[in-house]
Amino acid sequence: MTHVTQVLDQPAAADGGQARAKGRRARSPLHGGPLAYAVLIGATLLAVFPFYWTLVAASRSNSELSSATPALTPGPNLFHNIGEALQQAEIGKALLNSLIVASVVTAGVVLSSTLAGFAFAKLRFRGRGALLALTVGTMMIPPQLGVIPLFMVIVKLDLQNKLPSVILPSLVSAFGVFFMRQYLVQALPDELVEAGRMDGASLLRIFRSIVLPVARPGMAVLGMLTFMATWNDFFWPIVALSSQNPTVQVALKSLGQGYVPDQSVVMAGTLIGTLPVLVVFALLGRQIVGGIMQGAVKG
Amino acid sequence: MALSSTARLPAAKPAKRPGGLRRRLAPYGFLAPFFGLFAAFGLFPLLYTAWVSLHRVELQTSDRMDWLGFQNYTRLLSDPFFWNALRNTFTIGVLSTVPQLLMALGLAHLLNYKLRGRTFFRVAMLMPYATSVAAATLVFAQLFGRDYGLINWVLSSIGVNPVDWQADTWASQFGVSAIVTWRWTGYNALIYLAGMQSIPGELYESAAVDGASRWQQFRHVTIPGLRPTIVFTVVVSTIGATQLFGEPLLYEGNSGGGISHQYQTLGLYLYEQGWTFFHLGRAAAVAWVMFLLIVLLALLNAAIAARRNRTDR
Repeated sequence: MTHVTQVLDQPAAADGGQARAKGRRARSPLHGGPLAYAVLIGATLLAVFPFYWTLVAASRSNSELSSATPALTPGPNLFHNIGEALQQAEIGKALLNSLIVASVVTAGVVLSSTLAGFAFAKLRFRGRGALLALTVGTMMIPPQLGVIPLFMVIVKLDLQNKLPSVILPSLVSAFGVFFMRQYLVQALPDELVEAGRMDGASLLRIFRSIVLPVARPGMAVLGMLTFMATWNDFFWPIVALSSQNPTVQVALKSLGQGYVPDQSVVMAGTLIGTLPVLVVFALLGRQIVGGIMQGAVKG
Repeated sequence: MALSSTARLPAAKPAKRPGGLRRRLAPYGFLAPFFGLFAAFGLFPLLYTAWVSLHRVELQTSDRMDWLGFQNYTRLLSDPFFWNALRNTFTIGVLSTVPQLLMALGLAHLLNYKLRGRTFFRVAMLMPYATSVAAATLVFAQLFGRDYGLINWVLSSIGVNPVDWQADTWASQFGVSAIVTWRWTGYNALIYLAGMQSIPGELYESAAVDGASRWQQFRHVTIPGLRPTIVFTVVVSTIGATQLFGEPLLYEGNSGGGISHQYQTLGLYLYEQGWTFFHLGRAAAVAWVMFLLIVLLALLNAAIAARRNRTDR
């Protein structure tokens, strides 16, 4: 399923995300005054506070959370709560499942998108326009529209509650194809492909030794966005998987739905489920921002 | 299944030169992995939903389909909960989309200034986007708790009566909207920022020469320059709002969308029909209604955008 929906109408930059952010600086019209900083700091606090709160709540006991004056600083119970969460909702298994699903899906999307994106960007063939229009057109259609037959297919293939049920439908992405096409139109000069042809190289050879190296920055951005979107995917996994063999998001759902959910344990689970993406974000935040500004993924 | 036919169909024309055949077919080889899976798991379900929606199909026996004609649809239209979900989807959509996009526009404007720590602000603002619906909703549900929630604590400490963010209709819809707004404002701000950066600097210079204030520059240079981007975000957010599902599902943890369905959305209603009540056929009908709604809203957006373009020139 394409959990990815749309794209900016601007072409992707030829130089990849990183170089781009710097080169545009000269265009900023004005220096920011103190008010600008104040508003931005306020907005940053609002954006970040729920993360801090998750840590606070995950490290307190449930009784501390249900008291008249809430605690505002982290407490000593973090590891105890994490242990509880791991037991209650198969979070360990869920983490492993999510890692497998997100990695396989990312590899599949990046590879299939680069192949198809290259064909759409640089090769001439019958039906190119129509196929591209079909691909782009379906990006706007809500995933819910296909969920019911997809579910019936999965049941028929006897894949319910098994990881392939969430992997197979996500292995390709219309957005990914469009993203790589936009990237390669700009980044890959026609002459380079022509030169390869003159040397008598097969298309597959050209793809391996000319296209792939040029496409790498675009593939990296697409890979990050796909990984995040897949890790966070919710609707289809809760339909296709059960709490016995969950992804992290499915496990979080069951954690929050006990008869009397222990809030500090729920928050501990939330923290574990969010942490991997936050680490990716801390390491690659700048590139992700560049990627979003080039095109856009919505989960 | 339509698996291989879509991928190979255009390749049927024979090549004229020997040896040219391989070359002619090669592009389709590059498309095959994508279109093969796309046809099986993307296009086929999309189209087949329409067929399913005309049948009685139950979750436990999803192999069996009994023809119903449009009964699923007529039943849907006479179900008060459907209309309730439709209304909620609309109000939550407005409550979340409008403030979200306005704030994003303002933030993008600020982020476009020359600032120290620009990258830091941009990354920090995008952090909510990195969380999942599930994680964000669970945290916010806690913050919005009636008795021990942080938000009510803050409210009571400044002398405001605590609000029942879950049972009260408007308050609960506001709570759900707050989650959506929190997750997507920074993302939309970055989209606007990208749009702003493609507006030529000379336009601002000449506006400044003509004596335009900052506000006038924003109003007469930035906003018109951003119009395509704004239309884009409005369309995308509208589609997102129409499909809203995870937030209302986890806000209290039931597929009814609150005790009196006070914040049940169409997405949640679809899930309830299909996976709580086991009526896949009815759920398929809901899916089609959602799709028609999205098409309608997209056309409406396009019409408004076209109209504004005309009146401006």
